[in-house]
This record gives sequence, C-alpha cells and structure tokens, in this order.
Amino acid sequence: MLAEEKKDLSLKALSVREGILTGTLNAKSGHPGGSLSAADMLTYLYFKELRVDPKDPKKADRDRFVLSKGHAAPALYAVLAQKGFFPVEDLQKLRHIGCHLQGHPNMNLTPGVDMSTGSLGQGISAAVGMAKGAKYMKKDINVYTILGDGEIAEGQVWEATMSASHFGLDNLCIIVDINGLQIDGTTEFVMNSAPVDAKFEAFNCQVVKIDGHDFDAIENAMTAFHANMGSGKPFVILMNTIKGKGVSFMENQVGWHGKAPNQDEYNQGMADLANARKAIEEA
Amino acid sequence: MADVQKIATREGYGDALKQIAAEHDNLVVLDADLAGATKTAKFQKAYPDRHFNCGIAEANMIGVAAGLSTMGIVPFAASFAMFASGRAYEQIRNSIGYPHLNVKIGATHGGISVGEDGASHQCCEDFALMRTIPGMTVMCPADNVEAIAMVKAAYEMEGPVYMRFGRAATPVFHSEDFKFEIGKGEVLQEGTDVAIIATGIMVPEAIEAGKTLAANGIKARIINMATIKPIDAEMVIKAAKECGRIVTVEEHSIIGGLGEAVAGVLSEECPVPLKRIGVNDEFGHSGPAADLLKQFGLCADNIVKVTTEFVGKTAASKKAVAPIENVDVRLWLDSVK
Repeated sequence: MLAEEKKDLSLKALSVREGILTGTLNAKSGHPGGSLSAADMLTYLYFKELRVDPKDPKKADRDRFVLSKGHAAPALYAVLAQKGFFPVEDLQKLRHIGCHLQGHPNMNLTPGVDMSTGSLGQGISAAVGMAKGAKYMKKDINVYTILGDGEIAEGQVWEATMSASHFGLDNLCIIVDINGLQIDGTTEFVMNSAPVDAKFEAFNCQVVKIDGHDFDAIENAMTAFHANMGSGKPFVILMNTIKGKGVSFMENQVGWHGKAPNQDEYNQGMADLANARKAIEEA
Repeated sequence: MADVQKIATREGYGDALKQIAAEHDNLVVLDADLAGATKTAKFQKAYPDRHFNCGIAEANMIGVAAGLSTMGIVPFAASFAMFASGRAYEQIRNSIGYPHLNVKIGATHGGISVGEDGASHQCCEDFALMRTIPGMTVMCPADNVEAIAMVKAAYEMEGPVYMRFGRAATPVFHSEDFKFEIGKGEVLQEGTDVAIIATGIMVPEAIEAGKTLAANGIKARIINMATIKPIDAEMVIKAAKECGRIVTVEEHSIIGGLGEAVAGVLSEECPVPLKRIGVNDEFGHSGPAADLLKQFGLCADNIVKVTTEFVGKTAASKKAVAPIENVDVRLWLDSVK
C-alpha cells in the first residue's frame, strides 16, 4: 500500500474512533471496546473494498456488509457517517429516542446498514443468504461479515459456516475479530474457541490470519479473498486485534466491553486519538 | 364424509410453490432435510436449482432466508411446525420479524395429528409463538384448496408470513373457484344460536358438527378463520352480536392461539360467553392421528357435545347480549349470574 493511502486510511480510522467515543459518551451506554477493535477493518472495508454508494444506499448490485457482532454498531455508524451515508452529527444522538441510530443496527432505519443484527450468531446466516442470493441471481456481488471471537461460541455460526461451504460461497468473506475478550472475561476462560483457524479449515474454508490493525495486512488478505474466487470455498480472515485499540486506558480491558466513557474519560480518549493524529500527520 | 376427497394441506404447499415458480423467477424454497415430508420435494424435482437444502439446521435456514430476502428474492422456508416456530423462534423474531423481511415460513406437521411420532413432534404452540411477533401474518388453511390459494396470497403480499399445514389427509370442501383473502374469515354456514369459529383441519369437523347441531335444533354459524393474525375482528364482533356466544376450535393449545385471539377481540369489543376447544395445556402422545384427534376432543362429536352444553348453560346471558349498547353493564352482569 502506498504511504499516502495508508496515512489517509489511518486518519479516517482515527475519525471513526472519535465517532465511537462521541456516540457512546452521548448514549451513556454502548460497546466501545469491540467497536475500537473492529474500527480499522471497517474503515478499510468502506473506503477501499466495498462497492457501495452513499448517495444510493439501496443500490441493487452493491456489495453487502453484515455486522454479525452487532454490538459494535458505534464503529459501523461512525464509518458510515465518515463515508457520507448520513451526517457525522447524528452520532451524538446514538441510542436516543427518535434517532435512527439504534443500540444495534437496524437496516430499515439507518442508511447503509444492510442487515439488522444484534442477536449474536444470526448475522452470518443472513450473510450466507445474501451470498447465496447473489450466486442464484448470477450477480457480481461480494458479501462481508464481521463476527466477534466470543460470538463464535454460538452454534448457529457453525451451521452457517457449514452451509457457506456446502453452497460454495467463494463470494463470502467471513471476518472474525479476535480481541480475546468477552463480557465475562477472556475467551480462553469463558469458552475456549481455539484453535479457530483449524475449525474454519475443517469446515472447508480458506483461512488467513492477520494483524487487524495493519492496513497492509488487511489489503493482502483482501487480495487473497479476490484470488480465492472460483475455488468454491468461503474465505475467512482471522484478525488479531486489541480490544479498545487506540484509547490507552481501554486497551485490553474487559471492563470496556459494554461501558460508556464519562466526560473525563472521553476527554482523555480524545486526547489519545489527537496525539495519534498528530504523530501520523507529522510522520 | 365417506365420499369426500381427502388430501393433506401440506400437499397444497408443495403444489402451490411449483405453480408460482413457473411464473416467478424470484421464488426459491429452503428446507431442513424434510423436503419429502413438507412436500417441497415436488418443487425440488421441477426446480432443483431453486431449492436450497440447509440440512438439519433450522436456525441457520431462517437466517439464510432472511439474507436471501434482502436481495429481492422471495424465500419459502419449510420445516415441521415444531422446529420452524420453536427451534428457530428467535431467528424468526430477530432476523425476519424485526426487519420485517419478505420471508414466508411454511410449517407442516402442525398439531397432534402428526400422530405416531408423538409429543416431541406435535407442535401445539406455534400460533402462540408466531402471533407475538410484531408484523407477522399467521395462517392455517382448512383444506387443500385453501392451502394452495393461501400460499399464492402469501407470495403476493409483502412481509413475513407463517403458514401451518397438516400432515394428515383431511376433507376437501372448498370448490376450485374458491377465492382466498388474507385477514378475512369465511362464513360457511349461517346461524344465530352460536358461532363456531374454527381454523385448519378443525374446520371440516366444525362443519360436520354444525349439521348435527342443526338436526338437534341448534342453529350454529360456522366460520373458517384461516388467518389467525391479523384476526378478522369485524367478523368476530358481528358473530358475537348476532349469535351471542362463541365456540372456538383449533388443533393448538387453548393458550395463545385462535381461542385467545378471539377472546381478545370479544373482551374489548363485545363481551359474550366464549368456549375454547383445543389442546388443554398438555402434551400429546403417540397414536394414529384420527384416534388422537378424538381422544383430545378435536372432532365433530366433541364440538357438538361442548357446544350443546355451552348453549344450555349460557341461555340467560344470550338474552341480555343483543342490546348491550343500551344496557347498564351492572344489570347485564346480574343477568349472567
């Protein structure tokens, strides 16, 4: 990836992270930790990968994205706002009565949201249906979904993965955000899903493992996804991430799974992000 | 009814899908390893590329159907009522109901007439589960002709639909030119002594019961309520006003199904005595379907017995009902006592 391009994506990802803090601060609730871990991938998807048009959010032939880990909605909303699907100011009304930004994504209220999610394990099945539908209609449409590493304890995830392979959905990109933490503790402690790569491989998927905060690595993974088309195998990206990434006091802290920052914490987080912005701009 | 043709309503499900598919490319069918039993195998044989078997994984099947529908495809997802409505309840609620997606669920083998497979497969709770989902249309055809018409109407409407079909062969009483409308009940026999509102395969039993009751001097209005949600409140209120008492009959728990849907309308709009015939908060068990239906009182004989007793018991309240708008409610309550 060109340095300029990487710099641009990095700055956009910082704006997305600022949006996550703004949203959860004003909502006085929400899930900043898992939003921050997925922020870089979401930024890449919406600014480099997905063929979507904010001026025509329901365009029939667009690529589809399903946030199976629907509680990371603040990150999705922040990136959709950055992309121009709706005003960035809307983030201040996250979870407010009358605002289209629900606690978990609603496809009928928020422009750019392709599937209503929030109940874990269900989004990936819808993504399978979309990819199957694209194949049935012989359309060049790719479908992307992000799952949490806690989420993959849901049996439905494996029903869906089995069916994705069975249907030969090589137009489906399954991304797992492996930040290692879930509500009750580490994934290893709560429900150990390891080895995740061997599981997806056993389900006849093509699997790559990357650093989910490295845009070069994300780009390489997406190149591999496109190269994999024609294989009949669903493509899986296992991305190692840091829960709370970019906000110093939230990083790797399980307590920030589902808790909003107060004003002081918000200010400190915004200062962290401003410092990071300065460092990128001056580099 | 010895000379009456008997066909299971699930046959109509498979036949209708085939007929619609001939004209509409956007219809696809999903199954969970029960294509033979749900009768979608007829569709599968004609349109193998449009039949997606999801294996024994109902939760995923419902989610896949949701995803397909967002692409402009109209998926019909089939399984047994128990697994479609029960196993996949939360997927239907969150992935179909909440986004109000255009998915049609065809649930066969509803009720205890599943027979020998026993209670684990005899779903008497599906109307209750599906009724509680906002925006969900819930229907159950009374015979094979209505089943075919219902599937076509479900395809034509936009939004989620749950349809329950039966396993057992049951009498066909509608003529081929029958017109079906979602949300509208059907008066099959006029009467003013009592209204018997039935759904699904209990409708032919209610028709038979109506004949016996008439011979015994009780003029029963027989209503086929194929759409359980949205219920035809207008027809229920009219029946209450004109007949003064209502009996409901369903092959479903008396909790949460047709009986309670009717009770809801009556208690708010026109309170008259109501008797619910259905499965009385219990599980079924193994046995031949016809014997089970008799044992659980889901048959013409029991409808006659219950209705006759009910008409006798409610003789006093019946008189007070007609002018209810003009009557002091306290006086009316006294007359019921």
